[in-house]
Amino acid sequence: MRYLPKSDVIRREMLSTLGLENVDQLFAHIPEYCRLRRPLNLPAGRSEPEILEDFRALAEDNAAGYASFLGAGAYHHFRPVLIEALISRGEWFTAYTPYQPEISQGTLQSIFEFQTMICQLTGMEVANASMYDGSTAMAEAALMARRLTGKSALLAARSTHPQYREVLATYLQHQPGGLREFGYGESGAVDAEQLERELRAGDVAAVLLQSPNFFGTVEDWEAAARLAHAHGALLVAVIAEPVSLGLLPPPAAADIVALEAQGFGIPVGFGGPYAGVLATRQKYVRSLPGRLVGEARDRQGRRGYVLTLATREQHIRREKATSNICTNQALCALMASIFMAVYGREGLRELAKQNLAKADYAARAFAAAGVELLFPAPRFHELVARPRRPLAEIEAELLAARIVPGLPLGPWYGELEGAALICVTETATRDAIDKLAAAYAAGARRPARQAKEVSLHT
Amino acid sequence: MPEITPENTPALAATHIQSDEPLLFEISSPGKRAWQLPPLDVPEADLELLLPAGTRDDIAGFPELSEIELVRHYTRLSTWNYAIDQGLYPLGSCTMKYNSRLNEVVARLEGLAEGHPLQPAAVMQGALRLMRRLEAALAEITGMDAVTLQPAAGAQGELTGILIIRACLAARGNPRAKILIPDSAHGTNPATAAIAGYRVENLRSDARGLVELSSLERLMDESVAALMLTNPNTLGLFEEDIHRIAELVHARGGLLYMDGANMNALVGRARPGDFGVDVMHLNLHKTFSTPHGGGGPGAGPVAVKSFLEPFLPVPRIVEGEAGGLRLETDRPASIGRVRAFFGNFGMFVRALAYILANGSDGLKQTTDDAVLNANYIRQQLEDSYALPYATPSLHECVFSDRLQARQGVHTGDIAKRLMDYGFHPYTVSFPLIVPGALMIEPTESESREELDRFIAAMRAIAREAETAPELVQAAPHRTRISRLDEAAAARQPVLRWQPKAQG
Ligand SMILES: Cc1ncc(COP(=O)(O)O)c(C=O)c1O
Repeated sequence: MRYLPKSDVIRREMLSTLGLENVDQLFAHIPEYCRLRRPLNLPAGRSEPEILEDFRALAEDNAAGYASFLGAGAYHHFRPVLIEALISRGEWFTAYTPYQPEISQGTLQSIFEFQTMICQLTGMEVANASMYDGSTAMAEAALMARRLTGKSALLAARSTHPQYREVLATYLQHQPGGLREFGYGESGAVDAEQLERELRAGDVAAVLLQSPNFFGTVEDWEAAARLAHAHGALLVAVIAEPVSLGLLPPPAAADIVALEAQGFGIPVGFGGPYAGVLATRQKYVRSLPGRLVGEARDRQGRRGYVLTLATREQHIRREKATSNICTNQALCALMASIFMAVYGREGLRELAKQNLAKADYAARAFAAAGVELLFPAPRFHELVARPRRPLAEIEAELLAARIVPGLPLGPWYGELEGAALICVTETATRDAIDKLAAAYAAGARRPARQAKEVSLHT
Repeated sequence: MPEITPENTPALAATHIQSDEPLLFEISSPGKRAWQLPPLDVPEADLELLLPAGTRDDIAGFPELSEIELVRHYTRLSTWNYAIDQGLYPLGSCTMKYNSRLNEVVARLEGLAEGHPLQPAAVMQGALRLMRRLEAALAEITGMDAVTLQPAAGAQGELTGILIIRACLAARGNPRAKILIPDSAHGTNPATAAIAGYRVENLRSDARGLVELSSLERLMDESVAALMLTNPNTLGLFEEDIHRIAELVHARGGLLYMDGANMNALVGRARPGDFGVDVMHLNLHKTFSTPHGGGGPGAGPVAVKSFLEPFLPVPRIVEGEAGGLRLETDRPASIGRVRAFFGNFGMFVRALAYILANGSDGLKQTTDDAVLNANYIRQQLEDSYALPYATPSLHECVFSDRLQARQGVHTGDIAKRLMDYGFHPYTVSFPLIVPGALMIEPTESESREELDRFIAAMRAIAREAETAPELVQAAPHRTRISRLDEAAAARQPVLRWQPKAQG
């Protein structure tokens, strides 16, 4: 009970101030049958050392220290140590939503800076802070597009993150209009013909497209936007890896950007907490869900920041609100802000280039070893490989070598049974990549030297 | 270098004495950097070959700063925040309790902070065990049968719970059309019902501040899927008729949803599973002390009775062969996924550490202290502020500004004046059923000394409202920035920094 700042003496004194003899009297108005008449069946309170030991044991049973080639929406990057050093200040992490701007300017200004950097990165005019994660940001973008267009159907690329699509389906299950999907082509990128066919019905509120997509393939935002707009639909650009924006053209042609900011210095941490973001055009701002910070003036005319446009939100609009979101992912957005500020204008590009280089090295190593690589379109830092032997065998071998291999795609894409999604960020060493390629290559026939370049870059 | 004169000294000193801090973009300067990457151990990327459609050549306006400047920027900004670490933070309904440092340490252990959510189950047994242990602890605390940790916050927990109810009723043949929500409920409740495709019907509170039974009897019919009840409600009052309420809802085929945001009043004292609740959510960032982080992250686990377990989100963590745990996704009745991966795992780590540190006895003592603190404040302020409901209350107390409003001083003014006394304000103007509400939740984390300081400040403000109302209306006076014009900010929203136009 070391977290409680009272002695029993003081408790008794306080009770007697209230004219009470014992604390049970404070609960006397709770009907008898509702009251728990036994202690909770939980262990007695533990000391710090005991708890540390317990959690260390749990932590050790999780492949700590392994090299990892998993990505798929959760990306390992070097996290500047500044992030933990700064966010560990209690002024940041033990505050709450800045409802009272006069004593919350730190949080408010940092969010204003975050909104600005997201706009600079994405080519959008406004950004919120924040949504729960990329998956719910995409779902909220879909609901927003329905409000904006008055149309109800949604059209998602099958090459967007399968779990994002699952979340989208959950959010849409009781909304009219339905969710349709369109496929990817041989190259791994959008099947434009299929997309156009689906759009022709004219009922589509938005096309939801991820780039780099789930297979790591880079999509063409402008072409997708042209198609969507030609049929009166919006384009929702989904970005699961923000580091890609250091190098790839921004989704400026999109109407709404749904972004997962985890890649910006938020720990992979078994999937959360992360930070989703929605960015859009100024004209759509009143349909945007989530917190927004705006500039304001105090009575002396000094610049400050406040939460603004609250009439979109649940505490004012209740069932007519743009979303039910209240608590969001502010501290994770702060991590992302610090990350963006550390890497900055030049560094983010360099970081993205290192990712591209490592993944390209891996692709060449795989091809040289005769492992089939699917999807030749340009990619960022993920690639799809189909080895000649069962993935389970490869997994067992690599885990024994303290390497977590790629992600089997079969469970989500029946047609890709036996193929794996491999993510190679700047954190992967050449040595680990070589070991990975060797494991995937075992049993493969080495191709002639020439063929490799062709299969990689056409 | 500007010349220092007596006139401009205050401006120059503002950076250091007051931590005035411009925006990142305003202190940025081309060519500065805070980053250095290790040398590449593979060949450089050939951009033209790899990205033939082109790359972006710049991120216009993006910051360029050195490491020390960033440290100072974020450190100075932080000093503009009020936080629990500085003092009482009595935001009602938010449960701003102490965030133990041990929780921060364990959440950062490499094997917990760096693990990947799609790792093979064989190499994440520790993470799976951790989640199972938390699920079991929350089930015991709530008296419910099964728990999902996936929802990212309370509001998402609500959505999960209502979708579960809808799925269950649909499986029984009719999902029904409406959700009943008391007028004292939090805004997330009706907003959630709408996303789940339900119409909202408001339920009146009676003179006690509790659900009006006659209204419930009238409105509860076969078109109602569920009652969304906050218990204790947002006035801090236990719904004493809960037995009758549950009976009425169930008798007409509806389900009882409980918004568990206020569980800090009940842990170890009463369990929703024992008083008729079918589904509920918890807020780990409230009751279980995970830090609020300036607005998040949180986590909103949902607990259900066993008949609703088939509808829980996928994946479920289940026993595998040979004593290990595995993930089960093949659950046809499931509502689906509400969030990618496992949810806010980092919050699970902290919440479990909190439960272990307190233990069975500590959790109960925590509840007792939270309720004692709130009742102490209530009693000590009853002479100074109007108490709209005389019903006994638990972990928070709600006053109104009725007495002060006669002098033109409103709850928002009192809140601002409280800052001059060094406190974060209470929750202003909520719940909506109390005109001019002051909603105060001290939590267990406050010593009597801190409560007495707060009480003294509140009494002083009540006196000021009588003797010098303009002083309160113009507050705050002692903060580094004065009252900000929120209305003007909303009329002409400036939501990002823009470089100054040239010329
Ligand atoms: C009573 C009540 N219900 C629901 C919520 C929503 O929870 P969250 O902010 O975690 O989404 C809150 C808190 O904000 C609350 O106080």
